[in-house]
Amino acid sequence: MPHPAIATDDRKEKVTEQKEYTGSEILLRCLIREGVDTLFGYPGGAVLPIYDSLYHKGIRHILARHEQGAIHMAEGYARITGKPGVVIATSGPGATNLVTGIANAQMDSIPLVCITGNVPQNLIGTDAFQEADITGITMPITKHNYFVTDVRDLPRVVKEAFVIASTGRPGPVLIDIPKDVSNAKAHLEYPEKVSIRGYQPTTDPHPLQLQKLHAAIAKAERPVILAGGGVVTSGADQELRDFAERTQIPVTTTLMGIGGFSGNHPLWMGMPGMHGTYAANHALLECDLLIGIGVRFDDRVTMGRLDKFAKGAKIAHIDIDPAEIGKNVDTYIPIVGDVKRVLQEALEGLPRSRSEGWLKRIEDWKRQYPLTFRPSEKTLKPQWLIRHLYETTGGDAIVTTDVGQHQMWVAQYFRFAKPRSFISSGGLGTMGFGFPAALGAQIADPDRLVICVTGDGGFQMTSQELAIAALENLPVKVVVVNNRCLGMVRQWQEVFYQERYSEVDLSGGPDFVKLAEAYGVKGLRARTEEEAKRVWQEALAHPGPVVIDFEVDPEENVYPMVAPGSGLDEMMMGDEET
Amino acid sequence: MRHILSVLVNDQPRVLARVANLLGRRNFNIESISVGESEEPGLSRMVIVTRGDERTMEQVSKQLHKLVDVIKVQDLSSHPVVARELMLVKVGAGPSTRTEIAGIVEPFRASVVDVGSNSIMVQVTGDREKLDALLDLLRPYGIKEIARTGVTALSRGPIKVPS
Repeated sequence: MPHPAIATDDRKEKVTEQKEYTGSEILLRCLIREGVDTLFGYPGGAVLPIYDSLYHKGIRHILARHEQGAIHMAEGYARITGKPGVVIATSGPGATNLVTGIANAQMDSIPLVCITGNVPQNLIGTDAFQEADITGITMPITKHNYFVTDVRDLPRVVKEAFVIASTGRPGPVLIDIPKDVSNAKAHLEYPEKVSIRGYQPTTDPHPLQLQKLHAAIAKAERPVILAGGGVVTSGADQELRDFAERTQIPVTTTLMGIGGFSGNHPLWMGMPGMHGTYAANHALLECDLLIGIGVRFDDRVTMGRLDKFAKGAKIAHIDIDPAEIGKNVDTYIPIVGDVKRVLQEALEGLPRSRSEGWLKRIEDWKRQYPLTFRPSEKTLKPQWLIRHLYETTGGDAIVTTDVGQHQMWVAQYFRFAKPRSFISSGGLGTMGFGFPAALGAQIADPDRLVICVTGDGGFQMTSQELAIAALENLPVKVVVVNNRCLGMVRQWQEVFYQERYSEVDLSGGPDFVKLAEAYGVKGLRARTEEEAKRVWQEALAHPGPVVIDFEVDPEENVYPMVAPGSGLDEMMMGDEET
Repeated sequence: MRHILSVLVNDQPRVLARVANLLGRRNFNIESISVGESEEPGLSRMVIVTRGDERTMEQVSKQLHKLVDVIKVQDLSSHPVVARELMLVKVGAGPSTRTEIAGIVEPFRASVVDVGSNSIMVQVTGDREKLDALLDLLRPYGIKEIARTGVTALSRGPIKVPS
C-alpha cells in the first residue's frame, strides 16, 4: 500500500508543479496517481534511479526471485483486480526475463504496464553492458510499447500506457526508460486525460446487428453460446446469465471463459474443444446458431477443422477486437463492442429461441457421456483429487494452474461459480505461470482462499518464489499434482508416438516437502485418498502457505480427447469406453 | 489479388518496423512498401502493395488498425488510383550503343541521367508493367544495377463536377 501521507500529498499536488523532479520520481508519482498500490520487480543497474526513488516513496514492492516470477505475479494480480499489474525490471537480462510473461499477457488479454530500464542513450546501439533492444524484442507481443527519449514525455507516456493497457481489449504495454531519462529533471505535468488518435476502441454495438441477432435467435432451434475470456474481462457474467436464461440457449465456456457462466447452472455444458465434454463438442457440431461471446475461435476449440466446426450454423460473433471477427471463422452477424455493453443492449426485447427439443438432447448427452475416470483403491487419482478440492471448498476459491494435464482436470472437475476465480495460462500455455500467479492473486485479494494447482514440472520452473510466499506470509495452498513426469507430453507420446517416452521422466526429485521447508513453508505429502483428505484439511487449517505433494497415478490420461487435425466428432472417450 | 494499401501513420521512430513486423508475423505477403511525408505534419504515408483474397485483406487492414501508431488504412484497389514507381537502371553502354539505348528509352518518357565510360543510367517512372517492359528491352545491353522505389499511390479526385 502507498504510504498514506505521501499518497494523500501526491493527490493534492497541482497538475503542474513548479518543482523539478527526476524522471524516476516523475514515474513513481505518476504510478501513484494511477492508483498503483503494488509493484512487482527486480532491481539492477539501469533501474537504480527508479529504485532509489522507490526507497523514499513507499509503494509496496514485491521483490520476486526472478523477473518471470514478478511478471506472472503481476498477471495474477491483474486477473483478480482487473487493474493493470505493474512490473519493473532492469535492462538486458532483466527485460528479456519478462518476455514470456509479456507474451502470456498478450495472448490472454491481461492488462500490464511493464517498466524496464535501459542503458543511457549515448550507449544505445553500442552493445553496451546489459543492453537489449527490448522495445524491438517485445514489439510483436505487446499491445504497444514506448522507448522514452525525453523526460518531459514521461508523464504522457505513463498515462497513455495505463489507458491502452486497461481499455478496449486489455493487454501488456511496455515502457523502456534509458537511465539518463530516469536521472534527467523536468516539471511534472501529469495529464488527467489523454487522447490517442490511433487508439479508439469501439464499445457500443451497432443497433442493426443486434436486430439481426434477435431475429436469428427467434428462429434458432439448435442455438449455442460459446463464451470466452471477454465475458470475464468485461464483467458481463450477470448479463450472460440473463441472456442465456431469457433465450434458453445452452452455454459452453472456453478455458478462458470458465467462471464467466456458473458451472452449476443447468444450461452449462462444460468446456469445449480438445479436452471438452461430449455435450459441448456435439452441441458445437450440430448447432444451427452459434453465438461467440468474447472468444477468438482458438484451434484448441475448433481443432483447426473449420470444415467441421459449427458447419450448419450461422455464426454471430461479439468481440471488442474487430480483428477477431472473421479471423478464424466466417461470421454471419459481426458485433463489435464491449461484451457487457453489447449484452445489456441485446437484452432489450430479447426473444426466446425455439430450443426445447435441443435442450432435451443436450441433457441426454450430459447424462449419457459425463466426464469419467476409473476410481482406484490403491493409487491417488488426479481427477478424484481435483473433485475433492472442489467439494471441500464449495467451489469458493481462486484456483490458479500451470499448464498440462492438471490444468485440464481443474477445468473439467472444479466447478467455478464466479468470474475471476480460475486463473490459468490459456493462449501461450506457459509452464511456471500458476504459482507466481497465485501469489499475485493472493496479494490482490488477501481474504480469499487461493489454491495453486500445479504439476511437478511446472512448479519447478518458478518454485523459487516460495521465498515470497514465506516472506509476505501469503497463505497460498500449493497442490502439486505429482506424477513424476511431464504428464501431457507423456500422454501424447503414448497416444501418437507409440509409447516412445522421450525425455518426460522427472522422477528423482526434488522432495517437495523438503523444498517447501527450505523456504520456511509448511510441506505435506499424500499418496492415498485417505492421506489426501487428511493433509488437505491440515493445509486448509494452516494459516500460512503450504505445499502439498500429492503423489498421483502417473499413467492417468486426460479424456475426452480430440487429436489435433481431427474434428470435434472424433472424440476419444478414454478407458471407460474402450 | 494485388492490393495497394495507403496507410497513414505517426511519424515516429520504428513505425516502419512495427508495420513490417506485423505483416511478417501474421504471414501476410509484402510486395513493396514505400514511406514518406504526408500532407499533415507529424504523419507519414505508407503505401503497401500486397496480395491476398478478400478475407486476408480484411485481416491485414484490421490488424494494421490495431497498431496505435496507425491512424488510417485505405485499400486503394477499389478506387480509381494513380500508382507510380521510380526505377534507376545502370546499363552497360559504350560509345557505340549509347544512342541506341537513348532511342529505346525515349518512348517510355524515361531519361538518361548519367553517362559513364562504359555505362549509362536510365531513370523511369510509371506503373510496374511499364518499368518491367523497359527493363526487358534493356536487358540485352547488360544490366549492371537496378534500384526501384516500390509503388507509391493516391486515389484519383472525384470526376463529377460539383453543381
